[in-house]
Amino acid sequence: MSVVEKAVTVLNESLGDDIQEVLIFREQTTIVVERSAIVRASQILRDTPELQFNFLAALTAVDYWPEEPRFKIVYQFYSLPNKVFIGLNVMLPSEDPKINTIESVFPNANWHEREIFDMFGVTFEGHSDLRRIIMPYDWQGHPLRKDYPLGYEEVQFTFNFDEIDKRKPYAKE
Amino acid sequence: MLQEQTDITVDELRHLLSSRALEGETMLLNMGPQHPSTHGVLRLLLELDGERIISCIPDIGFLHSGIEKNMEAKSFEKALVMTDRMDYVNNLGNNLCYCLAIEKLVDLDVPERAMVVRVILTELQRISSHLVFLATHALDLGAMSVFLYCFREREVILDIFEMCSGARMMTSYFRPGGLWRDLPDGFEEVVRSFMRSFPKRIQQYEDLLTNNPLYIDRTRMIGPISGEDALRWGLSGPPLRAAGVDWDLRKSNPYSGYEDYDFDIPIGTNGDVYDRYVVRIQEMRQSLRIIEQALDKLPSGPVRSDNRKFVPPPRAELGRSMEALIHHFKLWTDGFPAPKASVYVAVESPRGEFGCFLEGDGGPKPYRVHFRTPSFAVLQTLPLMSEGFLVADLVAVISSLDPVLGDADR
Repeated sequence: MSVVEKAVTVLNESLGDDIQEVLIFREQTTIVVERSAIVRASQILRDTPELQFNFLAALTAVDYWPEEPRFKIVYQFYSLPNKVFIGLNVMLPSEDPKINTIESVFPNANWHEREIFDMFGVTFEGHSDLRRIIMPYDWQGHPLRKDYPLGYEEVQFTFNFDEIDKRKPYAKE
Repeated sequence: MLQEQTDITVDELRHLLSSRALEGETMLLNMGPQHPSTHGVLRLLLELDGERIISCIPDIGFLHSGIEKNMEAKSFEKALVMTDRMDYVNNLGNNLCYCLAIEKLVDLDVPERAMVVRVILTELQRISSHLVFLATHALDLGAMSVFLYCFREREVILDIFEMCSGARMMTSYFRPGGLWRDLPDGFEEVVRSFMRSFPKRIQQYEDLLTNNPLYIDRTRMIGPISGEDALRWGLSGPPLRAAGVDWDLRKSNPYSGYEDYDFDIPIGTNGDVYDRYVVRIQEMRQSLRIIEQALDKLPSGPVRSDNRKFVPPPRAELGRSMEALIHHFKLWTDGFPAPKASVYVAVESPRGEFGCFLEGDGGPKPYRVHFRTPSFAVLQTLPLMSEGFLVADLVAVISSLDPVLGDADR
């Protein structure tokens, strides 16, 4: 049994229903977990002696607007002793995009979580320093959201004027 | 877009400073973003007690260019040109990572020759990137001549890139499925003549710095980090290996045929500025070994996959084949579709683990691209390494981490 398969088994045993799905694509395994379980899941991955996923390689998010659940938080862990990557995903709904920080397990999540907060508007609860990191501190909006226009102005026609007006980022009273 | 003007308050930064700062005992000093030793536009807020750094708050984002957002609006192949512009001293390495991600996402093959050429060019790029590191690092510590020598050698490498791709820096030479075109005539001679002269040059740099008491005084046990801390804080590449952790993605998770080459991973012991310098110098020698082996085995054959669903047909075919014309038209007007799934691919850039998270949605454009960049990770550890040292040491620490702000801000 490979280390990744073992990781899936270990997580299944200890988290049970909090595991929603296991995706395998091009030999890469991604485990979708419930958001309440993320800190525990990353701790198990790091501390189980036969797994030792001791390196948080990447942490990012994807926006599926207008679908629900809207946000996907993507964690990529790496195990130095076993030389494999594993992914954890958490889906978040649009009305309540909040998740616990994993700073206590991997301190380097600090800046990655700040970047997601900045770019997607996802809040990390318990984070030690949740400020914007890349955009200016007084910036409005979250640029990597899919409903954030790509610089140009969306053209408004009579039939969709009001609809576009609602999300158009310009000076309003 | 009219924005509310709000000022940042002391309260928002209170948790990052010591209590003495609020009583006015220590001094707050702004360093950068326009400062020659911050290697671009890094801004640091320093809390100083005399010349000693009590706390250091990095502020990045001055070079943010929305590359991830922009790539979502372009087809997979057209978005490639943006990857050059992130880490602008490791352009080919960025191309490589992005191409590998696409190839993995759509399951595209790469011919043997293209893989070997990719290795040769990314290793040359690694040398040129380490030369920029060495040049600016020595310059920051007051050794002007090293700067001039390093840039002289880097020029030769950039000329090789220009031969291949027509551009010195923004090459976009690697394409999904292989290379843009085959190597030019005379490529091998130029690279071999560079390889003949370069070992002597490395020796010259070492003569200038490695045993230089002034240099050692400025770098030994400055900004040290333990291997354990380095891993916890997400360091990779030379800063991690200088701390004694033996991890190189070229060895542990080989890509592009790196498993076929014989090379060593130099590691340090103290994780200080000096060890990072030594590790990088040794890495240049190892890169030469890899290039030598790759040149010796460089096979002939095509340099791009002939999977016409992803790779446009050569121009000559268009006049003869209707099918080629259709493929050409479809690929350049629309692009190729990618499955609704995501991949994460990581390569060893000169700065560390450079990763690309790529998600498709069934259409011809990337739904989401994210780059895990080593400079972003490395700047996060700057407070950890610099606190307790002098301002002059901070300059040495920044340059030893070799951050590229285009890489950190994207």
